[in-house]
Amino acid sequence: MASPSDLREKIRKKRRALQESLAKSKDDVDTQALVTTEMEMSRDRGRTEVEQELSGSQEQQVTTLKQTLKAQRMRRRRKLLSDTTAEATRGEQPMGTELSEVGEPLDSVTKPRSTWHTQRDLPPLPVETPLRRRVAEKLKAARSKAETLLQQEALSEPTSCLQSLRDRETLTRFDVETDPGLLSREAGDLSTAARVKFQDVAHRVRQKAEMETGLPTAEMAYNFFTFNFDPEPQEEPVKHQKKRKSRRRDRAEEEEEEEEEEGDSHREEEEAGAEQEEEQEEGRDEDAPLVGDQGSELFIIDQTAQDFLEVKAVDYVGYHSRVQRESEVLFTPSLRTVPASSKVPENMQPRYMEDEGLYVGERPPMSRVNQNILENRILQQDEGKKWFGDDGRVQALPDPIKQSPTRPPLFSLEGDLDPALQTVYRKALKSKHAGRYIPGAGPGEGHRHCQLDVDVAGLIFSHHPLFSREHVLGARLAQLYDQHLARQSRNLTGLLTDKLNGLRNALRNIKDLHGEQGRSMAMRQRIVEYKEEVKNTRILRNTEQEKDRTLLKSIVKVWKEMKALREFQRFTNTAYKLHLRRELVELQKDEQGFEAEIQTELAELKGEFEDEYQRKMEQYSQQHEEWRTWRRKQARKKKKKAKMRDDGEEEEEEEEEEEQEEEFLGDEPPKPELPEKQDWALAEQQVRERASRWRRRPGEPVLVPEISLSGSITPTEQCPRGEIARREDISKRSLLVKVLYNDKEVSRTDRRTLSSDFRVHFGQIFNLKIVNWPESVRLQVFEVVGSSSSLLAEVFVPLPDTTVLTGSAPFQELEFGSSQRVAFDHEGVGSDVPFSFEVDGSNKLTLLTSGKLSCCISWAVDNNDVPLAPPTSQQPWGVRSGLRQMDAIACIGASGLSDMKKLSKWAAESRLDPNDPSNAMLMQLLTVASSGSMQMPDYFRLEQLQEEFNFVTDEELQRSKRFRLLTLRSQEVAEFRNYKNIPAVEREVSEKVFQDYERRLQEGEVIDTRDHLDAHRALVAKYLQKVQESVVNRFLISKHHFILSDLVQEDEVPSIGVLGLNLFKLAEPKRPLKPQRKERKKVTAQNLSDGDIKVLVNIIRAYDIPIRKPLSSKPAMASKSARSFKEPFAAGQSSQSALQGGDWPLSQSQIRPFVEVSFQRTVCQTTTADGPNPCWNEELELPFSAPNGDYSTSSLQSMKDEVFINIFDEMVFDITEDERERGSSVHTRIERHWLGSVKIPFSTVYLQSRIDGTFKVQSPAVLLGYSKERSLASEGGYDAVRCLSEGSFITLFITIQPQLIPGESVRERFDTQEEERLLQAAEVFQRDAALCFPGRPCITTVIDINGRAVFVTRYIRALSPPQELLDAFPNSPQETMDLVARYVSLIPSLPDSVSFAGICDIWSTCDQFLTLLAGDEEEHAVLLCNYFLFMKKKAWLIIGTAVPEGPTAYVLTYEQGHYLIWDPSKGQYYGQYDTFCPLQTVGCLINADNVWFNLQPYDAPMRMSFDVTRSKLWKPFFSRAFPNPGLSSVQPEEIAYNRPDKAAAAELQDRIEKVLKEKIMEWRPRHPTRWNRYCTSTLRHFLPKLELSGGRDVGEEHRLELHNLLGDYRISGFPLHMAFSELHPLMEMVYSTGVHNVEAPSIEFALAVYVHPYPSSVLSVWVYLASLVRTR
Amino acid sequence: MATSNPSVFLLMINGQIEGADFPEYDELYCKYCFVYGHDWAPTSGLEEGISQISSRGRDTRHGLVWNFPVEITFKSTNPFGWPQIVVSVYGPDTFGNDVVRGYGAVHVPVTPGKHVKTIPMFVPESTSRLQKFTSWLMGRRPEFTDPKVIAQGEGREVTRVHSQGSVSFSFNIVTKDMKKLGYDVGHPRDV
Repeated sequence: MASPSDLREKIRKKRRALQESLAKSKDDVDTQALVTTEMEMSRDRGRTEVEQELSGSQEQQVTTLKQTLKAQRMRRRRKLLSDTTAEATRGEQPMGTELSEVGEPLDSVTKPRSTWHTQRDLPPLPVETPLRRRVAEKLKAARSKAETLLQQEALSEPTSCLQSLRDRETLTRFDVETDPGLLSREAGDLSTAARVKFQDVAHRVRQKAEMETGLPTAEMAYNFFTFNFDPEPQEEPVKHQKKRKSRRRDRAEEEEEEEEEEGDSHREEEEAGAEQEEEQEEGRDEDAPLVGDQGSELFIIDQTAQDFLEVKAVDYVGYHSRVQRESEVLFTPSLRTVPASSKVPENMQPRYMEDEGLYVGERPPMSRVNQNILENRILQQDEGKKWFGDDGRVQALPDPIKQSPTRPPLFSLEGDLDPALQTVYRKALKSKHAGRYIPGAGPGEGHRHCQLDVDVAGLIFSHHPLFSREHVLGARLAQLYDQHLARQSRNLTGLLTDKLNGLRNALRNIKDLHGEQGRSMAMRQRIVEYKEEVKNTRILRNTEQEKDRTLLKSIVKVWKEMKALREFQRFTNTAYKLHLRRELVELQKDEQGFEAEIQTELAELKGEFEDEYQRKMEQYSQQHEEWRTWRRKQARKKKKKAKMRDDGEEEEEEEEEEEQEEEFLGDEPPKPELPEKQDWALAEQQVRERASRWRRRPGEPVLVPEISLSGSITPTEQCPRGEIARREDISKRSLLVKVLYNDKEVSRTDRRTLSSDFRVHFGQIFNLKIVNWPESVRLQVFEVVGSSSSLLAEVFVPLPDTTVLTGSAPFQELEFGSSQRVAFDHEGVGSDVPFSFEVDGSNKLTLLTSGKLSCCISWAVDNNDVPLAPPTSQQPWGVRSGLRQMDAIACIGASGLSDMKKLSKWAAESRLDPNDPSNAMLMQLLTVASSGSMQMPDYFRLEQLQEEFNFVTDEELQRSKRFRLLTLRSQEVAEFRNYKNIPAVEREVSEKVFQDYERRLQEGEVIDTRDHLDAHRALVAKYLQKVQESVVNRFLISKHHFILSDLVQEDEVPSIGVLGLNLFKLAEPKRPLKPQRKERKKVTAQNLSDGDIKVLVNIIRAYDIPIRKPLSSKPAMASKSARSFKEPFAAGQSSQSALQGGDWPLSQSQIRPFVEVSFQRTVCQTTTADGPNPCWNEELELPFSAPNGDYSTSSLQSMKDEVFINIFDEMVFDITEDERERGSSVHTRIERHWLGSVKIPFSTVYLQSRIDGTFKVQSPAVLLGYSKERSLASEGGYDAVRCLSEGSFITLFITIQPQLIPGESVRERFDTQEEERLLQAAEVFQRDAALCFPGRPCITTVIDINGRAVFVTRYIRALSPPQELLDAFPNSPQETMDLVARYVSLIPSLPDSVSFAGICDIWSTCDQFLTLLAGDEEEHAVLLCNYFLFMKKKAWLIIGTAVPEGPTAYVLTYEQGHYLIWDPSKGQYYGQYDTFCPLQTVGCLINADNVWFNLQPYDAPMRMSFDVTRSKLWKPFFSRAFPNPGLSSVQPEEIAYNRPDKAAAAELQDRIEKVLKEKIMEWRPRHPTRWNRYCTSTLRHFLPKLELSGGRDVGEEHRLELHNLLGDYRISGFPLHMAFSELHPLMEMVYSTGVHNVEAPSIEFALAVYVHPYPSSVLSVWVYLASLVRTR
Repeated sequence: MATSNPSVFLLMINGQIEGADFPEYDELYCKYCFVYGHDWAPTSGLEEGISQISSRGRDTRHGLVWNFPVEITFKSTNPFGWPQIVVSVYGPDTFGNDVVRGYGAVHVPVTPGKHVKTIPMFVPESTSRLQKFTSWLMGRRPEFTDPKVIAQGEGREVTRVHSQGSVSFSFNIVTKDMKKLGYDVGHPRDV
């Protein structure tokens, strides 16, 4: 025997093996379908249950059981050993070979088994029980069977089969047995499959065991053992099972062993999981003897259970049979093509549609194999053939795949759409009414707003759904009473009675005065009229009286009903109380009056009857006469008829009918005489009856009803329930009124609760500040119940007339109603619901909600008693309401209201009754002045809560200087735009800050004529300023609109061209000596300060400067050559020999010119050069400072400063007095004489960044002491060309250092009235032009003065120049053209960039231009072009660039084969081939019909053709493809010119002269200024001549003349000429000549001014300035 | 010296641009400038400055540190236009071109005391892909014409930016006489 530990080990192992076998068997139970095992297991299960029962009941047998069990165990062990040894000899043989064949791993596994076997051998147990025996038998049988099976299998197995495969198959066989239906073969590794199975099994065993033994968890079991409890019988079955299993294990040895072998390799892994179990087992093992005793009995039961157990060998199904079996279920479609015959129905041939010529769509591509599989599969099915078509192919749609995705159509866009729904494009129309603003609200007439005051006083319901019956009566009573009161106040009866009495008196008077006889025809007529009037009035009075009385009666009736009702319902709802006041009257007097009244009435009636009678009598007699004549005729007729009677019945009848008719006619007149008497009595009776009915009976007291609200209302608690409910309902309701102006809600009243008397008082006044024309004012009454509100009614309030003003306007009561059906279950009567006052419910009444809204709408009045009403004259509505048509006011028209004369006239014509109360208002209006006492309206705020959020009150905001400053700054008012450091406290803000601003504001109002000399110009200046302001404001707004390039700097994507060029540059050889122009750095203007910017002026050379003329030389008389267009610039003057001036004190060259440049009062000058064609080539640098240090773009652009370039002649006089000193000292005086100047505005320099070119020097027409030098030396070459021109020229280059970036124009799309198509075409045209020739300006649309885009051809229209100009030279069209051009040039020029700082180029029309008297080159050009067109010239507008203006407009005319280019702002013209023509490039030509863009390679006028008909050279805007739609012109048809005002001109002339003289004296502070009167007067005479000749060719004559006059003076001087705009430029010009700088001691001055007036206040100013030095 | 009736109040800013967090870029430097309203005037200190170039740290945070001091005193009469500091960061791109890496602005804190602000940075985007490519290639990324535009709201709607990185800024604020002029900025923050 081995040691106990050994034994234990052995037992443990055995148990494990047992457990495994058990697990196996359990697994089998779960999965196997074998009946035998199933049975066995069920038996097994039943047995364990029995065991449990037994263990529970037979505790007393524990001890005996233990013993028997022990013995049993020993026995069994022995038996097992013997079994296994036996098995080892028999059954293991084939197995062993198999295993050895499996290989190495199995060998290692078999080892422990062998040891195990040997260990197992140790205890021999020879004890035999019947059960055991049986089992052994069965085992034997099974084993033999298995052996035979194995042998069979070994036989059936092909020998080629691999051993491993066989090995696998043994396992597979196992599987097949367990689940023969399962077809899936275990593809995985054997060992893994086994492992999985084993684990699974182990797990299940554990579970099963737990379930069977009632051990829930291993832990519990562990606890149980470790806590050392008494042994429980539950453990028994495990033991039994073990034994049992060991036995069964024997039975299933082969399989088990295999399992074991495979399982062994995984035992290590399993061990961790099974450890607890093992411990448990161990415990059990230790306790085994305890349980062992019980075992014997249990074993007996086990034996019985074993009886049922049938041990059977596992069925093995052979592979082939299985395959066969499987083939019944499984189907593998073949890949082979299905023969066509099997696809079509039997006995049919496949039919190919395609061969028959039918269209068969293309099938989607599909692989052949798949198709075959599919076909095979389909064929396998029942009715599989129906899937095949006639052609034996699977039926399929041609191509089931749609090419494009579809979705359900939303709706068909075309065709099906209801024509009514189809959209039609219409051009937008300007609405007449929308946004109609009240004129006068604009800025032009100062801000004047209109204000409408809406006073909502309250409302009274005449019926409300919540009315009780009593209320209904009360309302009726109140209504009647109101009516009564109204009647009483009008007192119609009284008035009519008075009128009647008056009329009667008048009638009586007439009768008395004139008697019966003396009545003239007119008198009679009047009497008749009076009588008629009396009659009418009486009838009227009677009806009125009747009405009064019935009213009174009904009041009483209603009151009685009400009283009855109150009594009936036993409570009172209303406070109404009616008192009837009796006014007693004297019976006597009353009766008399009554009777008298009746009598007079009767008398009148009598008179009337008589008149009537007489009239009728007359009528009667007349008719009677007629009748008699007729009668006679009738008699005659009858006779005739009698003769014819025999003819027949029918005729007779007819005749009788005739007779009857005739008799009927005849019978008419004779009757009226008779009823008169009867009538009279009847009439009297009627009168009395009526009187008794309608009038107060004599003696009856006068009843005056008085309704008071003093009645007490029954308190709610005393009322019945229905009434209480009603009252509660009332208290829940509140009302509010919304005010809608032009259908927009502008305000609403507060909510007011409905009071028990159904009156709501609002008493709110809304002041509506309005800018739109009032169209309608509506009041909406809302009823609010809880939180929901419902519109009860809507009332349209008639708009008041402009004369209806606040304070004097009466309240209107506007009735409203609602047809809403409301019914209540309480006392409220509801609305639109029938109800009755009667108990029986008869006499039903249906009332609708209604009421009266009391309100008042009137125009407000401001503090100056000016009504804030819109002007009446432009009321756009004709007849607005039907009501008004009936009105007297409407008859005259609304405008008549302000026209009192018209009104009174109408009143007189229509003979208004002054006593008629309805006319009372009118009468009052006629008599009383309309302006009554006005009151100040306080403003109405739309945002009522605004005040809550206000920082300070408005007054405080206004009062505080600091706040004002802040406000102005944030508004960007010019003065404060960049104001820095606004003081923190109020007291530090000085009053001075606002001075400038306030002054400017005041100046805006008052026109300061001092600065302007001319009232018209002052006005214009003011207007211009306003336009400028508005434009600047727009500019400021648009400045806040940014585009990306404003914010982000980004490099452009380089184009291919640029890239290519750069590449070329890389390739080209480096030439260090080749200078390259560097682009100057551009500076944005903002970050600059004073001194940073300099203006550089490079003066290069000058040509043809006049030379000095010796005084003594006797000039030949200049012969004026006629100028002609063919030779326009032929020099008129005969050239004079330039003699070296022998007279000059010092021998000098003929001229020593130098140039002086002045800018912003800084002066720089060049060195002095010699000769008439000097060359300086000097650079002058002038500092630049911006106004107010504001270097912003807009400020720079609007600078008006000009660069003056003056050419002077430097003269040196020897003033050495003492001849002796001449040798040793030089004492000279330098004088300089102005020769001419060039002005270039700074804005031009700024915008163009550089100015480069040769300019004509503006030299005076006459330069005293100088003459033009003609280069005699060379008569050819360049000089010859140059000589053709007159005047001097200077070559300049001006720029700003550093270069400033000119401001960009506003990127704003201007609104326009042009058609969209035209605009698009224009855009395309311009873009194309810019693309082809970026340098050429092209204009199609321009901006007019209102800021609208206008197509440019609209500006061109033939316009008549002033008649004076046309008449001046009737015979010479050239002269006229000259004059017209001169006239145009005299209109002062003001660049747009100055007035509209960089914003845009604004084109004003010619009349605007002439009114403003200021404009850009464009305006000049347009005007000149229009004048030329009027003069039947061929003229175009040239858009091009010129020096120095930059982009500009010139005029082109065609004259006899020549093209002439006119500079409109200078009035000069140049031939096409003139070298000195300032026009440099020609971009496009414009006339009234078209715009042509220059497509020629050159754009200089000299090198191009102006023939616009050649479309290769000129691209027209309107072509055949896009014809001119016939654009109307924006120009006026005619311009009205003012007559030239000579007197004003003379006055202006004096003023200018005075001012200039003062200025010159002012400029010479250190020297006395003497004026030579004689010379001045001479000069003054001379100026008109200059004006007449246009400043040409009078020099010589004039000089001679002067010379003769002032022989002993050395005169130097010149006339200056300019267009007059303001005084300031004149002074600048005079100053720039530097005449005042001459400081010779004996100098005298002469100054003469001449102003020549042209039509429309165009003035030409001449200033003749001369300095005289006495020469002795 | 302290007058009872001051006419201006003073705002003293002591602070530093501590550093930046730009996950992708290295070797950055920054510029700062102040933008303030009309009523403000600097009395001492530098209004603008440019820092050293800083390389990324080797530690795990990879932060860029400038520690660039900013000291300035403003006087003002009006809190309107309260100063803002505008920081712009530049650095070399892959080709060594100096490009902008971010713009950012923040108002100087109103309350006295120490404040640490992190300013998120952004740069303008190119207008198109092509632009983006060429600007990347040429090393000329879009920039704001003036860094100060980012302190104003006007016109920003036309730009597109993408954000990258942030700059941290610490302020120490001292004010004087604000309360005397009636401006209450609340309790000073505890330092």
